[in-house]
Amino acid sequence: MSVLVIADHDGAHLRDTTNKTVTAAQRLGGDIDVLVYGEGLAAVAAQAAKIAGVRKVLTAESAELKQELAEAVSALVTGLAAGYDVVAVPASSAGKNFAPRVAALLDVSLLSDVIEVVDANTFVRPIYAGNALETVQTAEAKKVMTVRTTAFKAAGDGGNAAIESTAAPAASSKVRYISEEKVVSDRPELGAAKIIVSGGRALGSAEEFQAVLDPLAARLGAAVGASRAAVDAGYAPNDYQVGQTGKVVAPDLYIAIGISGAIQHLAGMKDSKVIVAINKDPEAPIFSVADYGLVGDYKTVLPDLMTALG
Amino acid sequence: MKLLVPVKRVLDYNVKVRVKADQSGVDLANVKMSMNPFDEIAVEEATRLKEKGIATEVVAVSIGPAQARDTLITALTIGADRGILIQTDQDVEPLAVAKLLKAVIEQEKPDIVIMGKQAIDGDNNATGQMLATLLDWPQATFASKVVIADGEAQVTREVDGGLQTIGVKLPAVITTDLRLNEPRYASLPNIMKAKKKPLDVKSIADYGVDITPRLKVVKVTEPAKRQAGIKVADAADLVANLKTAGVL
Repeated sequence: MSVLVIADHDGAHLRDTTNKTVTAAQRLGGDIDVLVYGEGLAAVAAQAAKIAGVRKVLTAESAELKQELAEAVSALVTGLAAGYDVVAVPASSAGKNFAPRVAALLDVSLLSDVIEVVDANTFVRPIYAGNALETVQTAEAKKVMTVRTTAFKAAGDGGNAAIESTAAPAASSKVRYISEEKVVSDRPELGAAKIIVSGGRALGSAEEFQAVLDPLAARLGAAVGASRAAVDAGYAPNDYQVGQTGKVVAPDLYIAIGISGAIQHLAGMKDSKVIVAINKDPEAPIFSVADYGLVGDYKTVLPDLMTALG
Repeated sequence: MKLLVPVKRVLDYNVKVRVKADQSGVDLANVKMSMNPFDEIAVEEATRLKEKGIATEVVAVSIGPAQARDTLITALTIGADRGILIQTDQDVEPLAVAKLLKAVIEQEKPDIVIMGKQAIDGDNNATGQMLATLLDWPQATFASKVVIADGEAQVTREVDGGLQTIGVKLPAVITTDLRLNEPRYASLPNIMKAKKKPLDVKSIADYGVDITPRLKVVKVTEPAKRQAGIKVADAADLVANLKTAGVL
């Protein structure tokens, strides 16, 4: 058994979703190699080489790979897949974009959002917004899976893998990169944060959203999240959205402020270790998953909370 | 320009999911079914492209049981011109759906396929990408804005960390994200009109595609329930509890 893990990184740092995908790969048994693609990869490849249990790090560089164009990434990964039994991809937006292409090119089904590796052929994945768990068995000779990284612990350091470069595929003439617009934030990334404070529609405006959540997030060193309602209303950028159609998070502490707790939102955060709900409606569904519920108006609760935190 | 919009009949997004006692699946008997919300956004976008004079015909396709006809009628009500139902009672996995859609596309020859980024039942987020791959068309997934000009679709995509804009040469596959548009409500005259629009019923055999499942569902279970929490009196009480729990 050999597994190719596709790394996730921001150009300078390896994301810990890569380490978590390595952990999922370890459950399969066998050799694990990591593929790092993009441009200017020396630092990131060195970080990947240190992950415990990694045999080899492959790097591939091109502009299309850095732009994460699915056509280029899937061509690269499919070419390498010949030498592996399993391709394991973190279920990021980039991973979800290219992994199904790899599966289609190999003519195999995709195992998406795997949360548990039962054995080399049996996997568990959430369906219906996490309201049911499906255990599936596959007989495909080659497997392609995306890994819900919040379900796995990060593999630690201690490895010393060799780094080897591999050729990037030719660019597709059918797609071109035009531009990108990144949300700039000095807060930790939503997917990696230990604490998340999240706001809903009850906050009423973008100004209020910032005024309420930023000081609390700064005090706790937390990332800021939002419900779909808050994003749709324009209070927070799309990238903040936690839920079935946004990000799936599982921090140590999730504080939901003015969020009612629709099924789609719960799908994105109900695996958090400790959930706190602050809502003035005692009947809000969020209280059914909250470890600690505080019924009250956030306008009075938040100042008290800042005082209590000291 | 011709547009093809695949649509799926799924458990309505407001319905609470019940797992069957024998762990064979989710209970879908006597529950409300609706069009997958992302597909509704796809039909709406196709209809808007028609209203702008960019598209000339919008064809909606669904693969599913006889009742999927209702889903197609919803698409016709929003603005699709005709429907194709590929009728089957079997569950069809994303790869097989992509193969069936490819066969439909070879007959219909659309310029753009617009479809939802994921169905809210299987949550796979795979069919659009697989279809683009099988056709060797470019893909633009998770679209929040689509501009068609000069044989290209310029698509703004929702990605982790922000937005990315790419240009894909037509023909192409576009998958919709939530913020692409807000689907319109069905008006009574449009509901009446939709019933008169053509709707072809086909079978899997008409397309010669093998839909045998590749994945065997061993069981479907309920996720672990969270232990009931407690209500705290005030902010000070909350902070004390969080400190005891070791998360602050």
